[in-house]
Amino acid sequence: MDFPVEILPALAFYMFAAITVASGFLVIFAKNPVHSVLWLILAFFSAAGLFVLMGAEFLAMLLVIVYVGAVAVLFLFVVMMLDINFEELREGALDYIPIGALIGLILLAELVTLGSAWVVGEDITRNAAAPMPSVAEVHNTEAIGQILYTDYIYAFQGAGLVLLVAMIGAIVLTHRTRTGVRRQNISAQVSRRPEDAFELVNVKSGEGVSLTPGKKG
Amino acid sequence: MVFNEVIPNLGIALPEIVMAVGALALLMVGVFSTADKAYRLVTNLAAALLLLTAILLITQVGGERQVTFGGMFVSDGFAIFTKILVLIGSGISLLMAERFLKEHNVAKFEYPVLVVLATLGMMAMISANNFLSLYIGLELQSLALYVLASINRDRNRSTEAGLKYFVLGALSSGMLLFGISYIYGFAGSIEFDVLAETLASGEASVGVIVGLVFLIAALAFKISAVPFHMWTPDVYEGAPTPVTAFFASAPKVAALALFVRVMIGAFPDMLHEWQQVVIFISIASMFVGAFLALVQTNIKRLMAYSSIGHVGFALVGLAAGTQEGITALLIYVAIYLTMTLGAFGAILSMRRGDGMVESIHDLAGLSRTNLPMALAIATFMFSLAGIPLLAGFFGKWEVFKAAVNADLVPLAIIGVLTSVVGAFYYLRVIKIMFFDDPAPAFEGGAGRTVSLVIGVTAIVNSPVSFLLISPLTVAAAWAAGSLLY
Repeated sequence: MDFPVEILPALAFYMFAAITVASGFLVIFAKNPVHSVLWLILAFFSAAGLFVLMGAEFLAMLLVIVYVGAVAVLFLFVVMMLDINFEELREGALDYIPIGALIGLILLAELVTLGSAWVVGEDITRNAAAPMPSVAEVHNTEAIGQILYTDYIYAFQGAGLVLLVAMIGAIVLTHRTRTGVRRQNISAQVSRRPEDAFELVNVKSGEGVSLTPGKKG
Repeated sequence: MVFNEVIPNLGIALPEIVMAVGALALLMVGVFSTADKAYRLVTNLAAALLLLTAILLITQVGGERQVTFGGMFVSDGFAIFTKILVLIGSGISLLMAERFLKEHNVAKFEYPVLVVLATLGMMAMISANNFLSLYIGLELQSLALYVLASINRDRNRSTEAGLKYFVLGALSSGMLLFGISYIYGFAGSIEFDVLAETLASGEASVGVIVGLVFLIAALAFKISAVPFHMWTPDVYEGAPTPVTAFFASAPKVAALALFVRVMIGAFPDMLHEWQQVVIFISIASMFVGAFLALVQTNIKRLMAYSSIGHVGFALVGLAAGTQEGITALLIYVAIYLTMTLGAFGAILSMRRGDGMVESIHDLAGLSRTNLPMALAIATFMFSLAGIPLLAGFFGKWEVFKAAVNADLVPLAIIGVLTSVVGAFYYLRVIKIMFFDDPAPAFEGGAGRTVSLVIGVTAIVNSPVSFLLISPLTVAAAWAAGSLLY
């Protein structure tokens, strides 16, 4: 019996989707926060798999590198280093259910509005300032590059300068050169010779020595 | 050729590119030179960089209107004219700062670098032809200005000024983005040229008008027009004086130019919609500028209210909405720049043994202790008040004439009345200088640059301005003409 190859993408999709949803649930329900973060990493990985299936391999790599490689690992560090008693935090969490439900409802309403606008206005993607070319025409890495580095190069560079100003500003307003700090002076240490550092004095009995630092007798 | 499609025409934006690269180079120079020499070296290099940029701009004079970077950046006569004004304002206020900053222990090399980056932001604002490039230019400028306001971080008033400016500036940026998103949503573009074409029928949906009102509110904040002026007196008073001099000159010119660019460039056929709003903020600014300045005794606060009033007068030209009105606005702004730089030069010279003094009563009897200085300040005050024969009069004359020709006679009458009220407090300063019992004399030592600036601007504002007004009018008319292509 021939294996029907064409169902492979669908199989992969259902596998990744199921893992994403399941690990998403486990992020919330895991008792141990370290386990939560680990489930989150699994969710990111399977979401990256979904991106690959959609032909957006650049976003997939970005998700793995930025979210798994940096953000999630940072979470893990913070969770492991801070001594937080999560059982204590959970107490009284039920009091926040009404407001949490309200925010959830608002988010759901927004999602539905967005989704219905997408369905109703079919030409919405064509009217966008930077219309999305189809996957077959342009590689998605190339498309992102074209938007960032060709169409909007001016804005991209300008934004870079804005960030530079933010950096300079943060340094100007917070950096202090402290006086009276004892720093290691390596050249002075290396050039120190034994004859500068100590001397041998032959003490005659009954006379004692006069100690004059830095001066040889 | 693929190559030509990908690489935008960089020559049009050459002055900006030189400035950006130069700012990065200045940062490196500052970091790698010894701490005590860094400030002076970088300041001089920054001034040279501003001069070089101005020269590059002058070589573009007479050219056609050109756009590049996919229509995000425009270079025309209007841009060149206002950019040169901005460069003059930045350069002079940078050179005037040295002595003050050294005495207050804030002579860091980052200061000139931030001034250059702020100026670059202003130039990007002026050349914006798209809401995206507008926003980026505006943020580049604003962010650098927030830092400059609080550069004297060990003084509470300076940090307070920076924080106030930052919080209110962030609020206005939010309003700007909100307005832009409405305009994009209802008109379908963020490009000025496309917007002008789309809205050419003059009948816009309510959404566009809502967006436009938010946009004008945010721009009014940036030019410190009433009712978004509240930050101005506090920031002007709290920021170090050379920074205040900078705030009152270059960013004001740039923000006014941006206001004109957006209104005339993107909404030329919606004149009747935005004209009412501009008339309202113009009248309100003239009133607040005139009446609230009456009770001020701190000269920096006085100058803040004065600048609010002057923005109101300049907006009279925009309210007219004609080429004559824009020409008048440009003339007004150019003259305001010389007056305000001179006045701040004089404020920087108000120093006694224990540092700077800022009360107008410290000027008492200045005519007997330092006559040339008293005469210079009197020239600035007369010119700011708009007394005939001095430069300030020409500016007011031009904007009111444009308003009358555009059938806005009531606006012109209100303008004249408020400038009469405003004359009172300018004349009060002169009265204090010439007729009150002398206060102790000021010490010299504000530096040669400051004295030179006071001298030159006083001469420019004196009746000598008769000679300068006709070339200025020609240049301004050319600049305004290039905008209304």
